[in-house]
Amino acid sequence: MSIAAQALAASGAVAPAASACAHCGAVLAADRERFCCAGCAAAYGIVCDLGLDRFYRSRTAQDGALRPDPEAEAIDYAAYVTGDAAGHSTLHLMVEGINCAACVWLIESVLAREPDVIEGRINVATRRLVVRWEGPAWDARRHVRRLAALGFRLIPFDPRRLAAAEQGAEREILRSMAVAGFAAGNVMLLSVSVWAGHGEMGPATRDLMHWVSALIALPAIAYAGRPFFRSALEALRAGRTNMDVPISIGVLLAAGMSLFETVTSGATAYFDSAVTLLFFLLAGRYLDVRARGRARAAAENLLTLAAKSVTVLDPDGGMRAVPAQAVMAGATVLVAAGERFGVDGRIIDGRSDVDTSLVTGESVPAVAGPGSSVFAGMVNLTAPVRMTVTATGEGTLLAEIVRLMEAASRGRGRFVALADRVARAYAPAVHALAALTFLGWYGIIGASAHDALLTAIAVLIITCPCALGLAVPVVQVVASGRLLRNGILLKSATALERLAGVDTVVFDKTGTLTVGRPELCADQARSAEDQCLAASIAASSRHPLARALHRACPDTAPLAGVAEHPGRGLSLADGSDEIRLGSRAFCGIAAEAASDGGPELWLGRPGRPPVRFEFTDALRRDAAEIVQALRARGLDVRLLSGDRTPVVADIARQAGIDLWQGECTPARKAAELAALRAQGRHVFMVGDGLNDAPALDAADVSASPATAADVCQTTADIVFQGDRLAPVREVLDVARRSRRLVSQNLVLALSYNLAAVPLAILGYVTPLVAAVAMSSSSVIVIGNALRLARPGRGA
Amino acid sequence: MNSLLLLIPAALSLGLVGLVAFLWALRSGQFDDLDGAAQRILFDDVDRPDKKGD
Repeated sequence: MSIAAQALAASGAVAPAASACAHCGAVLAADRERFCCAGCAAAYGIVCDLGLDRFYRSRTAQDGALRPDPEAEAIDYAAYVTGDAAGHSTLHLMVEGINCAACVWLIESVLAREPDVIEGRINVATRRLVVRWEGPAWDARRHVRRLAALGFRLIPFDPRRLAAAEQGAEREILRSMAVAGFAAGNVMLLSVSVWAGHGEMGPATRDLMHWVSALIALPAIAYAGRPFFRSALEALRAGRTNMDVPISIGVLLAAGMSLFETVTSGATAYFDSAVTLLFFLLAGRYLDVRARGRARAAAENLLTLAAKSVTVLDPDGGMRAVPAQAVMAGATVLVAAGERFGVDGRIIDGRSDVDTSLVTGESVPAVAGPGSSVFAGMVNLTAPVRMTVTATGEGTLLAEIVRLMEAASRGRGRFVALADRVARAYAPAVHALAALTFLGWYGIIGASAHDALLTAIAVLIITCPCALGLAVPVVQVVASGRLLRNGILLKSATALERLAGVDTVVFDKTGTLTVGRPELCADQARSAEDQCLAASIAASSRHPLARALHRACPDTAPLAGVAEHPGRGLSLADGSDEIRLGSRAFCGIAAEAASDGGPELWLGRPGRPPVRFEFTDALRRDAAEIVQALRARGLDVRLLSGDRTPVVADIARQAGIDLWQGECTPARKAAELAALRAQGRHVFMVGDGLNDAPALDAADVSASPATAADVCQTTADIVFQGDRLAPVREVLDVARRSRRLVSQNLVLALSYNLAAVPLAILGYVTPLVAAVAMSSSSVIVIGNALRLARPGRGA
Repeated sequence: MNSLLLLIPAALSLGLVGLVAFLWALRSGQFDDLDGAAQRILFDDVDRPDKKGD
């Protein structure tokens, strides 16, 4: 990332490469000059009018992600605004579409140009934006529209819903690390002078040095060691042992013995080792917490997507926006066209088409009228409806799916992270070794109890798992950072470890292997004139097929006078006749006309033969390639879908998947995965629909695209962004390479101990040797982990 | 030997100043968005119209 000040200072708009859209950077179709769509042209105008056009020269990423979405869902932003006594309003938003630093600059600059905005600041790490302005809450809409027009997608969230406790833990570790670092530096200063003055320094000076060291080190250990002591105590109380037990014992014994030596004017003190050890371990712990914190922030961002309000109609005719979770059963709710159903219910008034793909995996919208049941997660497409909220408790579909998920995760069992497994074997071994050393020196060789204890403690110090504590977290931090840059969010700390061992990959169809929205099939028999007419009629509808038709001819302007007949189609009065665009029956076409059952629209005009428009839910661009690549890695690739069998068969053939099943219910999918796991397979599930959620939970490890249903993104271990499947391959490769590096690091750390332990047992480990051995092993482990960050390796 | 009585407290107090500065920075939220801080240094200042302070 480099933005030369020179380039920034230059003024005037410069058109980018002729083949890319000047605003979003998407590759242009042959017939387009500068912009891919009207939205981009408008956005470019806004940016240039504000004099911010240097944005286009300083940005580093252009992938078409910044295309404004004219169909962006309208959310009631004012409900999320908090006001204060001074008349200032504050809105917290999550921003999608930030690619690079220039986007941050653009958003903040655009907000700064608004005269009433006091503060508009983005947290780059968490992609969250805070806007404060002078004025009432409803101004929120204006600010949000402004940014949405530039192509950024904004989702409001309530910061109080986000857990603050974990953030506190991260800060506590950072504070402890600062204290330990301060103490380590100063104690080392004093220790070096003791080592350097060895033989020449008088005992009085040496004792002074030890006393000063003790005064610095003991409070620092008491403060900075708390995270380890607490965790060790918890483990011991529960009758277990973890890595923190040998750490705590080692540090406390080293400090205690050094204090005893200082008081009795002895020659050796290990204050520096104890404090340095804490410092390195805290660094590892901080990296660990931070990586988890990022994953958590990502998960929280996803959870806030559920923070939507529904419009409740009061008996007296009033309307009010209520958070979905606060709606009572029996209430009447109004759902506008284009809005997502926030609750389960039964329609009492209105007819509409309902997109059920998130719930059932079915790619063709269903017709809903009075009496139809609808479920949270479905989208109301064509006309407003009123519905009665049915039971909000255990009876809802969502609750059913949540129950299935709970059952599935109980079956998953507890996965024990590699580091914990090592710790379980390591701690008892180390303590036995120290005990044997003491007994050997005291009982067999006949050394004094004091000397034997000193040697035994030296063994404990040298085996303190400093490098072990760093071996796993450093690799995880580097891996998750690398994945994050590629738009892949790791939500679970052990996801990479679980992923490295998978041998079977199961895909869902709609929205996972496919893009999840219909596209118009090319047809030579159709004239361009017919297509344009159909597109100009379709332009005024939100039905996915109509939208697909309009996307195919984006330049056509919507015709006036188009009437929408929900569940059937669109009509346009043409003199005394009527042009119809819609279903087979709506256009009066006989049933015998050719059909393969796929989604279709017909254009019927009086006196002319009907024209058929066929649609398909296209594969993601690289789906076949990725399936191929996964197979080349020795993985068994399967497809489980809730859609109709012929559609699934066709997609499976295109993607090159031999093992597939259609018409799977959510329970069937979960059972299928359980059966695979019962065969001893390790299953990686990739899915996006509500109907996939139990299966995602039943798998060893799971991934969802960022477009998936909220509940899936909450369940999945990994969430990936973008419209390609390549992240699936990338995350598998990084996982396998991470496992290799973690193993290497563990071997490195253990071999260090193997080399140093004999020296310690023989009594050759002085404080100097201990300090050097520990620091160098930590540095080597970190260096090895950083190899993962090098581009071109492991990808 | 006497110089030590001066130098050790001097070294310690300098270290303490650093520690306190770090803890202050941590408390005032300067470590909350490290990525953003790294990138903002590259931006020109946004020319803002006159505004009342925060």
